Amino acid sequence: MAYEFTKEDLEEIEKIKAKFPEVMPATLPVLWVAQNRFGHVNPDVQRLVAETLDLPEAHVHGVAEFYTQYYKEEKGKFVLDVCTCLSCQLCGGYDILEHLEDKLGIKKGETTDDGMFSLNEVECLGACGYAPMLQITNDTYVNHLTKEKADQLVDSLRKGEVPEYEQIDMPLRNAK
Amino acid sequence: MSTADWKNYEPVLIPNIKDLHKIDVYIKNGGYEGLKSVLTDKQKWENPKSVIEEVKAANIRGRGGAGFNAGLKWSFMPPADGGPRYLACNGDESEPGTFKDRKIFEYNPHAFIEGALIAAYAMEITTIYVYIRGEYKAYIRMMEKALEDAYEKGFIGKNILGSNYSVDFYVTGGAGAYICGEETSMLESLEGKRGYPRVKPPFPAQKGLWGRPTTINNIETLAHVTSVINRGADWFKSVGAENHPGPILYGISGHVNRPGVYELPSGVPVLDLIHDMAGGIRNGKKLKAVIPGGSSTPVVRADQLDGISMDSDSLRTVGTMLGTAGLVVMDEDTDMVDMLWRITHFYHHESCGQCTPCREGTGWLEKIMLKIKNGDGEIKDLDLLLDITTQMEGRTICALADAAAWPVRHTITRFRDEFEARCKKSVHAVA
Repeated sequence: MAYEFTKEDLEEIEKIKAKFPEVMPATLPVLWVAQNRFGHVNPDVQRLVAETLDLPEAHVHGVAEFYTQYYKEEKGKFVLDVCTCLSCQLCGGYDILEHLEDKLGIKKGETTDDGMFSLNEVECLGACGYAPMLQITNDTYVNHLTKEKADQLVDSLRKGEVPEYEQIDMPLRNAK
Repeated sequence: MSTADWKNYEPVLIPNIKDLHKIDVYIKNGGYEGLKSVLTDKQKWENPKSVIEEVKAANIRGRGGAGFNAGLKWSFMPPADGGPRYLACNGDESEPGTFKDRKIFEYNPHAFIEGALIAAYAMEITTIYVYIRGEYKAYIRMMEKALEDAYEKGFIGKNILGSNYSVDFYVTGGAGAYICGEETSMLESLEGKRGYPRVKPPFPAQKGLWGRPTTINNIETLAHVTSVINRGADWFKSVGAENHPGPILYGISGHVNRPGVYELPSGVPVLDLIHDMAGGIRNGKKLKAVIPGGSSTPVVRADQLDGISMDSDSLRTVGTMLGTAGLVVMDEDTDMVDMLWRITHFYHHESCGQCTPCREGTGWLEKIMLKIKNGDGEIKDLDLLLDITTQMEGRTICALADAAAWPVRHTITRFRDEFEARCKKSVHAVA
C-alpha cells in the first residue's frame, strides 16, 4: 500500500521541526507520528519519513532499527509488552507472560490469528514498585497484575475498551 | 534535620498538597517565587553566577546516579559568547529498580520546570529540552500540558517576568533504549540519531548539543534546585547525610509489603526504609539481599546491612553505592542465579554495540549465566565470568560495560555457595 501523511500529520511535523535548530532531530518524533498513523514503520514508511524530512533513507532506517519501540513490521491491534526485568521478575513477571501466552494461544513475539493481540517480553519499563506490569501499545501502563487482572484486561481489550491512565498514590501519602 | 529524625520529615519535593500539578495550585503555594527572585531581586542575586554559587554550596549531588555536585557541574560551562547554549534535562529513567522521576512529572512538574528555568538562567542558557523515555507517554503528555501552562503565565518565553531574559523549553521523547539515559547518548538521541555514547573529552559543557555548550541534569536534581533557591543552601545541607545532603526520592521495589516512592532525607538506615517505611518483607519472609540504587549497583547481603544507611559514604563501606536510590529488596526465597541471569540478559539486550568489550562481553556474561541457570554450568565458569568482568570494566566509551560487570562480580562473590551448588552436576537426578 502507498503510505501518505495526512494534512494534520504534516502540520504536526512542522511543529516538531520548529523545536530544533536543524531537521535531523525531528527523526525520532516524526517516526512516532508515522507509527501512530500507520501502526508500524516498515521500510516503506521509513522511506516516507526520509522523504518528508529530506534526510537519507539509511539514516532513518538506522534510527528505526536501533530503538525497540518502533515496530518494523505490522503488529496486532493491541501490543502487550510484559515487563520481566529485575523487579518484575522478582514479583512474577514471567508468570504473567506465561499466563498470557496460554490465554492468547501464542508465544512471545507472536500475533494472534485474528490480528487482535501481539505479545512481547520487554526490558524495564520504570514501574518497578508496581510490579508485575505491562504496557499496551506503547502507551497505557497496567500495574500490579495478577492472572485475573490480566484475563480481565484481555477481555475488555477484545471489546475495544482500553483502560485509562492509573495514578498510583505514593504510599502513606495523604494529600490535603 | 539529622538523619535520626527522618520520621518527622515533611516532604518538600512532593508535599502533601492536592492537585499540585496544576499551575494555579502550584503558584498559590509559593510556586515560581524562586524564579521571580533570581530574575528580579538584584540585592539577593547580583548576577547569574551568584545562583551557581548557592547551588554549588548546597552540594546537590546529581540524583541520576553519578552523584556529582550539580553546582560544580554548572560552573564548567564556558562564558557566554552570544551563540546558543543548552540545558538537557534527563528524564530517561531506564535503570531497573528506578521509577522516581515519573513521580515528579505526575505530582509536581512545575517544581522541576522552575528548577530547570533557574538553572538555565544561572548558566545563561536560552533553550531547554526535557528528554523523557518513550515508554512514559502519559508523562510526556503531562509535561507538554505543564509547559504550555507555564508559557501562558509568562514563566517561559520572551522576556520572562519582565526581565531581559528569554528562554524556550521543549519536551521530546525517546523510543526505547536504556543507553539513552547515559548523558552523551541522550544528546545523540536528541539530535535524532542512534543513541551511541560519545567519547569524553570533549565534555558536553564544551561540546554538547550541535557542538554547543550543554549541561545535562537529572529531573530530580533540577527539582531540588527550586527548594535550594527558596530555602537556601544551608537548609538543604542540613537535611540528611553530611556528604550527600538533601531529600531523596527512594524507589522501593521487590518483596516488600508497601513498595513505591518515598521522599525522605538522605541517609535513612536501609533496614528502617525496608521495615518501617515499606512495611517489611511480604508474606512474613526474611530479608536476603538488597540492591541499593538500581540494577548496576552491587548487591548487598542482609547480614551486611546493620548500621548501613542510604548515602554514598555508608554504602561504600559495604562495597556498593547509592546510584539512583532505587532499592530492590529480595526475600529469602530469591534465587540469586536466576536473578543475576536476568540482569545479564538486560545489559546484553541494552548494549548499544559500539564498543567491543561491552558488545561481546555482555553477550558472554548472559550466555554463561544461562548455562549455569539451566544446570549445565561448571565451577570453572564462575571464574570465567569473573575474568570477563575484568576485561570489560573501564575499557569502553561509557559506563554500561561497568554497569553490566559489577552485578556479576559482586553477586557471585557474595553468594558464591549458591552459584557453586548450581554448578555441581550432582544436583541433577541420576538418569
